[in-house]
Amino acid sequence: MSVLLDVQELQTRFQVRKGYVYAVNGVSFKLEEGETLAVVGESGCGKSVTMLSLVRLLPPAASIENGKVLLRGDDLLQIDQRQLRDVRGGQIGMIFQDPMTSLNPFINIGTQMSEPLIYHRGMSKKEALARSAELLEMVGIPDGEARLREYPHQFSGGMRQRVMIAMSMSCEPAVLIADEPTTALDVTIQAQIVELVKELRDRSGVAVIWITHDLSVVAGIADRVIVMYAGYIVEEAPVDALFEDPRHPYTVGLMGALPSLEGDTGTRLTTIGGSPPDLEDLPDFCPFHTRCPYSIDRCRTENPMLEPVADASDRGHRAACWVDIREVEVQSNGAGASS
Amino acid sequence: MSQTDNGNSDALVRVENLTKHFSVRIGAYGETKATVHALDEVSFDVQRGETLGLVGESGCGKSTAGLTLLQLHRPTSGKVFFDESEVTGLSDKEMRPLRRRMQIIFQDPYSTLSPRMTIGNAIGEPLWLHELASGQEAQERIAELLDDVGLNPAFAFRYPHEFSGGQRQRVCIARALACEPDFIVCDEPISALDVSIQAQIINLLQDLQEEYHLTYLFIAHDLAVVRHISDRVAVMYLGRVVEMAPKEKLFENPLHPYTNALLLSVPVPNPRQERQREHTVIQGNVPSAISPPSGCRFHPRCPLAFEPCDHEVPEWREVESGHWVACHAV
Ligand SMILES: Nc1ncnc2c1ncn2[C@@H]1O[C@H](COP(=O)(O)OP(=O)(O)OP(=O)(O)O)[C@@H](O)[C@H]1O
Ligand SMILES: Nc1ncnc2c1ncn2[C@@H]1O[C@H](COP(=O)(O)OP(=O)(O)OP(=O)(O)O)[C@@H](O)[C@H]1O
Ligand code: SF4
Ligand code: SF4
Ligand SMILES: [Mg+2]
Ligand SMILES: [Mg+2]
Repeated sequence: MSVLLDVQELQTRFQVRKGYVYAVNGVSFKLEEGETLAVVGESGCGKSVTMLSLVRLLPPAASIENGKVLLRGDDLLQIDQRQLRDVRGGQIGMIFQDPMTSLNPFINIGTQMSEPLIYHRGMSKKEALARSAELLEMVGIPDGEARLREYPHQFSGGMRQRVMIAMSMSCEPAVLIADEPTTALDVTIQAQIVELVKELRDRSGVAVIWITHDLSVVAGIADRVIVMYAGYIVEEAPVDALFEDPRHPYTVGLMGALPSLEGDTGTRLTTIGGSPPDLEDLPDFCPFHTRCPYSIDRCRTENPMLEPVADASDRGHRAACWVDIREVEVQSNGAGASS
Repeated sequence: MSQTDNGNSDALVRVENLTKHFSVRIGAYGETKATVHALDEVSFDVQRGETLGLVGESGCGKSTAGLTLLQLHRPTSGKVFFDESEVTGLSDKEMRPLRRRMQIIFQDPYSTLSPRMTIGNAIGEPLWLHELASGQEAQERIAELLDDVGLNPAFAFRYPHEFSGGQRQRVCIARALACEPDFIVCDEPISALDVSIQAQIINLLQDLQEEYHLTYLFIAHDLAVVRHISDRVAVMYLGRVVEMAPKEKLFENPLHPYTNALLLSVPVPNPRQERQREHTVIQGNVPSAISPPSGCRFHPRCPLAFEPCDHEVPEWREVESGHWVACHAV
């Protein structure tokens, strides 16, 4: 496998009235050809800003302070606007959480779907429409040709998400970035979308970055997982290793907090007390220390780097933590402040 | 916990054929009148001290069930009994003493609290409204309630924007507890919160239930959460309850094809199991409650649908003790 996307030391911050919000703080990861990488973490941890930084789709208040984003060797942070337009929707396809905001309510589906095909693939309007109808059928919307004349509000939430998937895949991208594409959908529809993306991925070989806050979804779709907290990657591992041998206390906490569909229900859920830190300063301590049941003195004075874990089953298993949690007994249920 | 032979011996809440239709106008200019069949002929009870989970997909009528049961919506037809007396048809005045005993917690802790009211006043409001306490006594009660939900009593003078989502949901819970209710409808109380915070709120609701002998109707779309917190579970589809059973039975031996489909749709947080699991996803979209399918409302998506399903409404019946289902194939 060769590396398709290589993100190095990415740093993005927002200018706000009082100073800065440090949203992404030195994030590095690689994506291999054909691989599915999941990015998890709670609200505000920087998942979306990281992905928007890759394709430079940030709001004006944001600035990328440092880093490289190498797509097959070209740094996306250095190329000019015209090249960037070729990348977006061309080599990199994107799907967002709320398909209603990404589709224009006043333009029919056919016109919206043909645009990227005309722009990136140089098709004629007629060719593009024919291809769009095929794409709709491919994502499970029957009568593709007739539905091209319809407007977004005539589609259900799940169907709009299918349209977005069809559009993002239309130019046969090398990378598909899916930012919480199923969060707003019902469970049965969510399952349909996950299966659809898996099927398209297996057929086309596209590499996928799947952002979610739901660890259960990750189990079914990812090869590798990145866990983010407060703008940092705190753990990275192949999916099996992450679930069977999590090493960062935050990952451990997230797993324990999930009720499951099997096993004993009499037990209390593990909680992570407190809430995530605000991001007004770059911390010179572990950003998780106020909520961490394993914390030691060092955690309050030095921020750990992401490093390979001891006795890993896989070389790619890394965590940012001063403590080897396997050697520590934690008495209780969760951490810090309250339970 | 479970239903006894006559079905309702220790029911705190009982609903019989509860129906709620909404009149709406549809079409681009609102030119057509239509009826939303939000809740149709729903019957269930909630036993004293238990948690009845209510699950189903968006728009299937869960909130309408909760609101109509509390008489916050006037039912179109059907009856609601609270503590053995009928509450349907009571005037607002007659309803007032009962209101104190029946509370609701909503999904969105952001919009339910007034931004200009300190959280102490938000929690104290029901105390004044129901004339339960005032002055110093009320202040003490507010401090006690804050402590109950795991917040610092000194927070009473702060405003909602100073709190995180999880903390605001704690405030809403304290407010619901203020007038010492017997029954609380929890309408998706954790859906808007992050996983790490969800667990805190679930544990809190369970602790409070034990301490104050509360009875819950717990509405959610997350099956794993419902399984964790409920004693019994009712599954809704498009305005009707299609199955209800003690949770062990429902999760281990689901009888209704829709319950089954729901369970198969939920991913399990275990990669090895996920790879082996059968992924038969259910096809089709949820139909509109404005023109619900005839017969069994699930028939257009049901893999088992057969002759009677598209014209005969399946009967709601108890197939084994405590296990209720409405399906022609069972
Ligand atoms: N326009 C903005 N101005 C200031 N801060 C912002 C802005 N947009 C995002 N942020 C901050 O950047 C941080 C990262 O946000 P981001 O949207 O990446 O989170 P996320 O992990 O995608 O969360 P979610 O799961 O809620 O989508 C957050 O703390 C957020 O408050
Ligand atoms: N006040 C109202 N006027 C008209 N229609 C309504 C009203 N309230 C609810 N409905 C409709 O009734 C149906 C049931 O809605 P309800 O809010 O009870 O669903 P729900 O199961 O709580 O969904 P969710 O999971 O999205 O909260 C929906 O079709 C909804 O659009
Ligand atoms: S570095 Fe310290 S505080 Fe941070 S996660 Fe590890 S043990 Fe906890
Ligand atoms: S009644 Fe028929 S359509 Fe409805 S769930 Fe049973 S088998 Fe399926
Ligand atoms: Mg996001
Ligand atoms: Mg609702």
